[in-house]
Amino acid sequence: MLKHESIETNAVLLIVLTLVAISIGGLVEIVPLFYIEGTIEDVKRADGKDAVRPYTPLEQVGRDIYIREGCYNCHSQMIRPFRDEALRYGHYSLAAESQYDHPFQWGSKRTGPDLARVGGKYSSSWHVKHLNKPKSVVPESIMPNYPWLLKTDLDFSDVQAKMKTLKKVGVPYSQTKEEYAANVEQFGEDVAKMLDVNHAESNLMAQEKAKNFDGIPDRITEMDALVAYLQVLGTMIDFSKHDETEFIEFR
Amino acid sequence: MADQDGKKIKDPLTGVETTGHVWDDNIREFDNPLPRWWLWAFYMSVIFTLWYWVVYPAWPSGLLEKGYTLGTKTITYDSDAGETKTTHWNTRALLAHQMQTNKSELIRQKMVKEIAETPFDTIAADPQQSKFVLAYGKSIFGDYCAACHQRGGQGVIGHYPNLIDDAWLWGSDVSDIETSIRKGRKGNMPAHKGSLTADEIEQAAHYVLSLSKQSSDVVAIEKGKAIFNTKGCSGCHMPTAMGMKALGSANLTDHIWTQADVNGTDDAGKKLAAVKQVITEGIQREMPAWESRLKDDEIKILVSYIKLLSQN
Ligand code: HEC
Ligand code: HEC
Ligand code: HEC
Repeated sequence: MLKHESIETNAVLLIVLTLVAISIGGLVEIVPLFYIEGTIEDVKRADGKDAVRPYTPLEQVGRDIYIREGCYNCHSQMIRPFRDEALRYGHYSLAAESQYDHPFQWGSKRTGPDLARVGGKYSSSWHVKHLNKPKSVVPESIMPNYPWLLKTDLDFSDVQAKMKTLKKVGVPYSQTKEEYAANVEQFGEDVAKMLDVNHAESNLMAQEKAKNFDGIPDRITEMDALVAYLQVLGTMIDFSKHDETEFIEFR
Repeated sequence: MADQDGKKIKDPLTGVETTGHVWDDNIREFDNPLPRWWLWAFYMSVIFTLWYWVVYPAWPSGLLEKGYTLGTKTITYDSDAGETKTTHWNTRALLAHQMQTNKSELIRQKMVKEIAETPFDTIAADPQQSKFVLAYGKSIFGDYCAACHQRGGQGVIGHYPNLIDDAWLWGSDVSDIETSIRKGRKGNMPAHKGSLTADEIEQAAHYVLSLSKQSSDVVAIEKGKAIFNTKGCSGCHMPTAMGMKALGSANLTDHIWTQADVNGTDDAGKKLAAVKQVITEGIQREMPAWESRLKDDEIKILVSYIKLLSQN
C-alpha cells in the first residue's frame, strides 16, 4: 500500500503528486475565466442600448480614490440574493453591473453597509458632510473622517492614461472614430461622448461643473470625484422595467 | 536534525508506538492513528459531496446547454407576469420562491398590504395597526431616512428638518408628506448679501425675531418690517410671514426654527446672528426623491410612521 512515508521519502513522487494537486486547484480557478462572457447578463434600456456603461472620467478617478482610501475595507458592493438583503438594500447585484470594474469591489467585509446601490440614496451635500466627518450626520458612526478630500484639488493629469489602461483589459473607451461609432451603437450618443478618451479632461470638468458635487463652485476637489462615483453606484439598471424571470432564467 | 534509526519504541507511559524518527538523539514522535470519529466524518463528507454533485448544479461542461450540470433539484416560482415557472435550483429562483412562500415573508406582505389599503385615520385609531407601523416604520426609517433626519426624526438644525414636531415646510396632510417623500423637495431661499446692505439684513432679522417675540428693538423692527414687505421676503413667506406650502418657505411666526438656531441659545446677540446668517447666505438644501427606490407600501408606512410620531 502507498503509505505517507513512501511519498515523503521519494522526492520525485512527491513533486509529481504536488504538481497534480496544484494543477487541479489552478484549473478550477483559471478555466472559468475563459467562459466569463456567458455569466454576464445582457441588460438593455428601453431604447435597446446597453444599460450598464463604463464609468465617466470623473467617476473613474473617483473610483480610484475610493480604492486609495481603502473604503473597501469596511464596505462591500455586492447585494446577495437573500431575502433580508433584498428588503434592506434592494435588487441583488447582477454580474453585468460590475462588468467594467477592474478590480471589482464586491468584497465581503461589512463594517459599514453595502454600497452597491447607494447612488441617489442621499444628496451630494450629505455625502460631503458625511465623508468630511461622518459623526456630523450619523452621531453613532464609527467611520473615519476624510477631511483632506475637500482640501485636495483633484489631480486628473493621468486620466487619459488610466482610460487607455482600462481599455487594454476590455473596457470600451474609444480612441478612434470606429471605436466611437461602435460605442454610439452600443450605448447611445450621450454615453459614447463620455467614453471618448480624447476628450477625457474636458468631459471630466464639464461633469463637475454641471453637478458641482462638493458644493464648491470654483474648484475640482477629490471630493467631487468620489461623490460622483458614489452617486452612480447601482443606478444604471431600472429594475422596474424588467421581469425578474429574465435574470433567473439567465442562471 | 531528524534522523531515522528505524526503531519503533513502545512508550512505557502511554503504551503508544513511536514513528522511529529521532531528533537531537532522544526526542521521538508518537505514531497516534487519526481519531476514528474524525476519519468517519471525513468519509461521510466524501459521500455527501457525491450526493451534492448529483442534486445541485455542480460540474461545468461545454457539452451541456447551460454549460454545467443542472442537478436534480428544481424550484417553482411565479414570474412577475404571473406565470408559474419551474427551473433548476439556483439562488435567484430560490429568492423569488422564498419571497412568495416564506411564512414570515407572507405575514409581512399581508400586514404591509393591509396598511397600504387603510386610510391614515383608521390606522391611528387602531392600536394594533399603529403598533405595527411604529415598529416597521422605525426599521425602514432607520435604513433610509435616519442618516439625515436622525434616528428619532428630530433632524439636525440648519441641515435637515425635524419631522416629529408640528411645523411643516411643505404641508402636514398625508398627501403632502407623501409627495415630499415620493418626489423629494428642494428648499431654496436666495442669499441676500448682494441685494440688501448689512444694516438692512440686521433690521430684517430684528423683524423676523419680533414675530416670535424675541426682539424688542422697536426702531429696527419697524424698518425691518418695511424691508420684509418690499424687498421680496413677503413674496415667499407671505405678508403674514406664515410661510407658503407650495414653496416650502418656513413659517417665521412660530417658535420653531429649522435653519437659524434661535432656540439653541438664550443670548440675544447670538439669536440675531443666527437669523442674519440665514438671510445673508440663503438656503439650498435637498430632500432626495424616493419613488424609484421604495415600494408604494413602504412609502405609505413611512408617511403613517411620521404622522404618528408627530402626533404623539
Ligand atoms: C472603519 C470602517 C469604514 C471605512 C474605512 C469607511 N467606512 Fe463608510 N461607513 C462605515 C460605517 C460603520 C457606516 C455606517 C454609519 C454611517 O453612516 O456613518 C458607513 C457608512 C457609509 C455610507 C452611507 C451608507 C448608507 O447607505 O447609509 C457611505 C456612502 C460610506 N460609508 C462611504 C464610505 C467611503 C466613500 C469610504 C472611503 C473614503 C468609507 N465609507 C470608508 C464604516 C467605514
Ligand atoms: C440626504 C438627506 C435626506 C434624506 C436621506 C431624507 N431626507 Fe427628508 N428632507 C431632507 C431635507 C434637506 C429636507 C428639507 C427640504 C427643504 O428644505 O424644503 C427634507 C424634508 C422632508 C420632509 C418634508 C418636511 C416638511 O417640513 O415639510 C419629509 C416629510 C421628509 N423629508 C421625509 C423623509 C423620509 C420619510 C425619508 C426617508 C425615506 C427622508 N426624508 C430622507 C433631507 C433628507
Ligand atoms: C424665494 C423665496 C424666498 C425669499 C425671497 C425669502 N425666503 Fe426666507 N425662506 C424661504 C424658504 C423656502 C425657507 C425654508 C428653507 C428650508 O427650510 O429649506 C426660508 C427660510 C427662512 C428663514 C429660516 C427660518 C427657520 O425656521 O430657521 C428665515 C429667518 C428667513 N427665511 C427669512 C427671510 C427674510 C428676512 C427674507 C427677505 C430678506 C427671506 N427669507 C426671503 C424662501 C424665501
